[in-house]
Amino acid sequence: MGLESALGEGYITTQLDALIAWGRKNSLWPMPMGLSCCAIELMSAGDPRHDISRFGMEVMRFSPRQSDVMIVAGTVTYKMAHVVRKIYDQMAEPRWVVAMGACASSGGMFRSYSVVQGIDQFLPVDVFTAGCPPRPENLFNALIELQKKVEKSSVLDYRDRKEPIIVS
Amino acid sequence: MSDKTKSSSDLYDTPVITTHLPPREKRTKMLQALLDMDPDLSFDDPLENDMVLNMGPSHPATHGVLRILLRLDGETIVSALPELGYLHRGYEKIAENETYHEFITHTDRLDYLQPLHNNVAYILAVEKLLGIEAPPRAQYIRTLLSELARISSHLVAFGVMAMDVGAMTLLLWCFREREKIHDIFDLVVGARFTTSFTRIGGIAQDIQDDGIAAIRAFIEQFPERQLEAERLVSRNRIFYDRCRNTGVISAEDALAIGLTGPNLRGSGVPLDLRRDNPYMVYDQLDFDVITESEGDSLARYYVRLKEMEESLKIIRQCLEKLPEGSVHAHEPKKVLPRKERIYTRMEELIHDFMIVNFGVNPPEGEVYHAVESAKGQLGFHIVSRGEGHPWRLKIRSPSFCNLQALPQLLKGHLLSDILAILGSLDPVMGEADK
Repeated sequence: MGLESALGEGYITTQLDALIAWGRKNSLWPMPMGLSCCAIELMSAGDPRHDISRFGMEVMRFSPRQSDVMIVAGTVTYKMAHVVRKIYDQMAEPRWVVAMGACASSGGMFRSYSVVQGIDQFLPVDVFTAGCPPRPENLFNALIELQKKVEKSSVLDYRDRKEPIIVS
Repeated sequence: MSDKTKSSSDLYDTPVITTHLPPREKRTKMLQALLDMDPDLSFDDPLENDMVLNMGPSHPATHGVLRILLRLDGETIVSALPELGYLHRGYEKIAENETYHEFITHTDRLDYLQPLHNNVAYILAVEKLLGIEAPPRAQYIRTLLSELARISSHLVAFGVMAMDVGAMTLLLWCFREREKIHDIFDLVVGARFTTSFTRIGGIAQDIQDDGIAAIRAFIEQFPERQLEAERLVSRNRIFYDRCRNTGVISAEDALAIGLTGPNLRGSGVPLDLRRDNPYMVYDQLDFDVITESEGDSLARYYVRLKEMEESLKIIRQCLEKLPEGSVHAHEPKKVLPRKERIYTRMEELIHDFMIVNFGVNPPEGEVYHAVESAKGQLGFHIVSRGEGHPWRLKIRSPSFCNLQALPQLLKGHLLSDILAILGSLDPVMGEADK
C-alpha cells in the first residue's frame, strides 16, 4: 500500500471494522451454560487432547458479564429456561449463542411435558450443532463457523440474524 | 420541594403489602425498621440478622443445575435446602410410551458420566422381567465395560472435587485418562460417550481383538497415572485440611437417609451390591469392598480412589476369564435377530418384524433390579401389563437419594466448604432430576 510505505515499518492500514472483528473472532470467551450430558463433552473440549484454547476460547467465564458466546449445552427444561434467558440478558453486547446438541437445538429425544423444544423459542441462536451429544470436534466445527460469522460482522451492526448456521 | 416535606407514609402511592409479613412480634429488627422507614436503625449485635443466599442453578461448582438455598450466619451455614428439578426431563413418563428396546437410549442420558452402567442396570431389570439371561460371554463383557465406566465416572468425581477446592491441573489429567476410556468405547461400542450398548438378551456386538488390546494397554498404564495424580493432591496440605472433618456423617445417619455407593462406604458400612447381591458375573470375581470409617469428605474421596484400583482388578480378571461363545441369548421371540440373518431368512425376518413393531411383550408382573453403579444403588422398577412397553417404570437413582443428605452435611460448615462436600457427594443432576 502506498500509505504504509510512506509511514515506514511498524504501520499497517486497515478498516476499523476488520480489525475489531478480527480481535473479536480470536478471543471469543464462552459462557459454558452446561446443563446436562453435553456439558461433559464441553468439558472434554477443554481437555488436553481437544484443547479449546487453540481457538482462543479456553477462558471459560461463569460470569455472564465477562463472556461473549453462550454455549447452551444440554436439555433446557421450562424451569431452567427462565434462568438461561436471565443469564443471556446479563451478557454484554456483542453476544452470540451456540445451541450445542439436539436437546438445545430442538428438544432432541425428549418430547415430554417438561422440556423446551429448542432454545430458539426464547433465545436468538447463531449456530445449531447436531449430535447427541456432539463430539468435541463437532463443537469446534460450530465454533469455527461462528468465528467466520463474527469475522464478517460490522462494529455498529454486528448482528446478522438473517440465517442461523446449522452444523451437522 | 413539597414532596420532601411529606411524611414517609405519603411518599408512595402504593400501600405497603402486609399480608405475607410475619406478625409484629416475630419481625426482625431490620424488617421492622424497613417497614417504618426508620433511617436511624442501629444494631448492638451486627450478626443478629442472618442472610439467605441462593447458590445455583447456574454455578460452576454445583455439578450441573442444582440449586441450594442457604441461610447464613456470617459465613456459617445455618440451614441448607437443595432444590431439584431443573433438569427434570420426564423419563418415567417417556418410558411408558416407548418399547423396552427404545428406552435403552434414554438410560444413557440418566447418569451421563457412566452411560454404560445405566444400560446394564436397565437391561438386567428387563431380562429379569422376561425371565431370560444373557450368555456368559455377554455377561463378562458387560461387567468389564461397566467397570471401565465406573473408572471414568470416578475420574470425573476425583478431578472435579479437586478443581472445586482449587487444583485445576488434576481435572485436566483426569480428562486425559477419560479420553482413553472414550477411545476404548469408540472402538468396542461404536460411540465414545452415549453408548446404548446393551440389548435384551445380550449386547449390541461382540468385542474384537483390537478392543481387548486397547483395554489391556489402558489398564497397563493406568495405575501409574493414578498414582501420579494422587500424589498431586492427596498429601497436599490445603486439600487435606479442606476435606478432613468436613461433611461428617455417621453410619447410622447415612443408612437412615438412604445413602448408597461410595458415600455410604465412606461412613464405614460395607454395603456393595456387587458382593451382597451379585448380578452378572461378580460372584465369580475376586475383589474387595472398600470402606473408610471417618465419614467425611476425605474418606469418600479415598473410597473412590481405591475403588478405581478394585475396578482394574475386576477388568483384569474379566479379560483372563472371558469365555468364548455367542453374545446373544437364544430366545428368538425376545432377542433381536442379527441383521445378516434378517436379510437372508424368513423366520428371523418375522421375529424382527414382531419385536420391532409390537415389542417383546413380557408377562404381567413387576420386578425391581438394582446394580451398584459408581454413584450407588441404581435400580429400575418395572410394572408390566403384558404389553410391548412398561406400564410404569420407576428409577431409583442414587444421586437423588444421596442429595437428601446435603442439608445435614452442610449444617454448621463454612460457605466455602460446600464445594468440598458437594464434590465428595458426587451427584449427577441428570439422574437426580430424572
